[in-house]
Amino acid sequence: MDLTLDTARRVEDTPVPADTPRRQRPGRPVLRALGYLVLVLAAAALLLPFYWMVISSLKTNNDVFTAPIKWVPDSIVWRNYVDIWQKSDMTTWLKNTMILSVAVTALQVFTGSFAAYGFAKVRFPGRDALFLLYVGTIALPWQSYMIPQFILMSHLRLTNSLWSIIALQAFGALGVFLMKQYYESIPEELSEAARIDGMTEYGIYRSVMLPLSVPALASLTLLTFVNTWNDYLGPLIYLRSPDLRTIQLGLNTFISQYNAEYALIMTGSVLSVLPIAVIFLLGQRYFVEGIATTGLKG
Amino acid sequence: MATMVRARRRRGRLVWRNTVVGWSFLLPNFVGFAVLTLVPIVILFYLAFTSWNVFGAAQWVGTANFKRLIHDESFYTALKNTIYYTVFHIPLTLVAALLLALLLNRKLRGVAFFRTVAFFPYITSIVAAAYVWNVLFSPEYGPINALLRLIGVTHGPGWTVSATWSMPAVIIVGTWREMGYYMLIFLAGLQTIPAQLYEAARVDGANAWHRFWAVTVPGLRPTTFFVTVMLTIGSFKVFDLILLLTNGGPGQSTLVLSQYIYQKGFIENQFGYASTVSVVLFAICFLVTIVQFLINKRRSA
Repeated sequence: MDLTLDTARRVEDTPVPADTPRRQRPGRPVLRALGYLVLVLAAAALLLPFYWMVISSLKTNNDVFTAPIKWVPDSIVWRNYVDIWQKSDMTTWLKNTMILSVAVTALQVFTGSFAAYGFAKVRFPGRDALFLLYVGTIALPWQSYMIPQFILMSHLRLTNSLWSIIALQAFGALGVFLMKQYYESIPEELSEAARIDGMTEYGIYRSVMLPLSVPALASLTLLTFVNTWNDYLGPLIYLRSPDLRTIQLGLNTFISQYNAEYALIMTGSVLSVLPIAVIFLLGQRYFVEGIATTGLKG
Repeated sequence: MATMVRARRRRGRLVWRNTVVGWSFLLPNFVGFAVLTLVPIVILFYLAFTSWNVFGAAQWVGTANFKRLIHDESFYTALKNTIYYTVFHIPLTLVAALLLALLLNRKLRGVAFFRTVAFFPYITSIVAAAYVWNVLFSPEYGPINALLRLIGVTHGPGWTVSATWSMPAVIIVGTWREMGYYMLIFLAGLQTIPAQLYEAARVDGANAWHRFWAVTVPGLRPTTFFVTVMLTIGSFKVFDLILLLTNGGPGQSTLVLSQYIYQKGFIENQFGYASTVSVVLFAICFLVTIVQFLINKRRSA
């Protein structure tokens, strides 16, 4: 199975039905209705937590838990969205998370795509074994080596600084893997022609490969950004000072501090999800492609 | 003779040149990868045989940690709970993801919308998701038990506050969160099955059910294999979800291996013993992956 993003892209653009009959047969409308019913039910179940989160953030605190439950609030209260900024260090958390996400993404995209070129387009002894090592670590749970990694980081004096998270996330194997898959789908003749024209490998990477791999770069950028934004365990272990807290850590401390302020907590939750939701909706195509690529060449 | 030597020397020079160029590309990433992933993995196997808290140096204790491990009740509880989670989470997520993918692979209106919806849980922050689910699960005021009351279950389960129901609750949230991700992978896999195969099966008179087993399932084998491997590893390392949803409780009813490592290491500062538990987690994931690879190889042979 040799899949590239081109095949993966079809998933997004047109859901080519592999199993649609050419003509409608009797009984088909019933099946179709059943399909919709299942989909609607599944969507409702999937969206319930989000719905609850949003309506609770638009209620007063006393109205969050009522019996019977109010699924549609009587009146919309925007107050929480003003109060949260005073009651929490939201600005600091968002700033830290932003710094981390941008730095990690930039490093991961650069080092990942650079290394992927070496793996995909330059032939040298030991290359394939090394790549296997890379892929192998994707299959290993991070939790199994987080202890020695922490000890190493404290020796490097990186703990309790934003650098620790940058170091932790920026050199992951995922970027290398994803970019290599894409480069391999680019015909060898292109780089061969550039080589004959006297271009160096670095030149080919910069002026042939990078422009051609924009969709893959977009996928990697979005996936890395979202992963870093949502990471909870890394910051939990490495960032101890309150002024270093990321949005995830901050939200969690806020939850334990104001554990009776349900509406405010929901407001914080909405705010922590919102940026990612917007990014996801804007770049959905690239998410789908990226995941399809990582999935199909296991 | 002379030309052959020269040719060989030229080839040698080319290999040498390519090696240098190749490594120069790998280096920026490889340095970070080696220092932060490969070196820790090697250190892990040394630490597992030492006794060490943050202060002082690691002391070699031989197999003492492993001897302690086989008599550690909490370790067995964590192992058992991890397997409990794995055994239910894998098939549930697999089937849910496959069903969704099959539904979304048809020409229905609004397919793009449903795909977005299904993927949403995966990109939501785990802190927010766990909090909201805890509220939803709240036995007396929560909407889930309120819905159950509507269909006649007067005494709904205690969910995250009951030792019996906490693990099912965690499994439900885990499945909710991940099925959209695996659905996308299945969807991509479905696109690779040639439409002619379905046509041929239809000509042979196979109905939808038969076509599913005779065309879809074999066609999806590589995808299913990949999904199973990823789900297995994902289940064995489940951690942040549990930490935020139940914190391992009530009691030790949802304590899992990863969390036990975290507890021993970062809370109780027993880095040596925590590494020993890590080695077990490492070994399990390694073995399971190898076994799955072997099974897959035999099946496709």
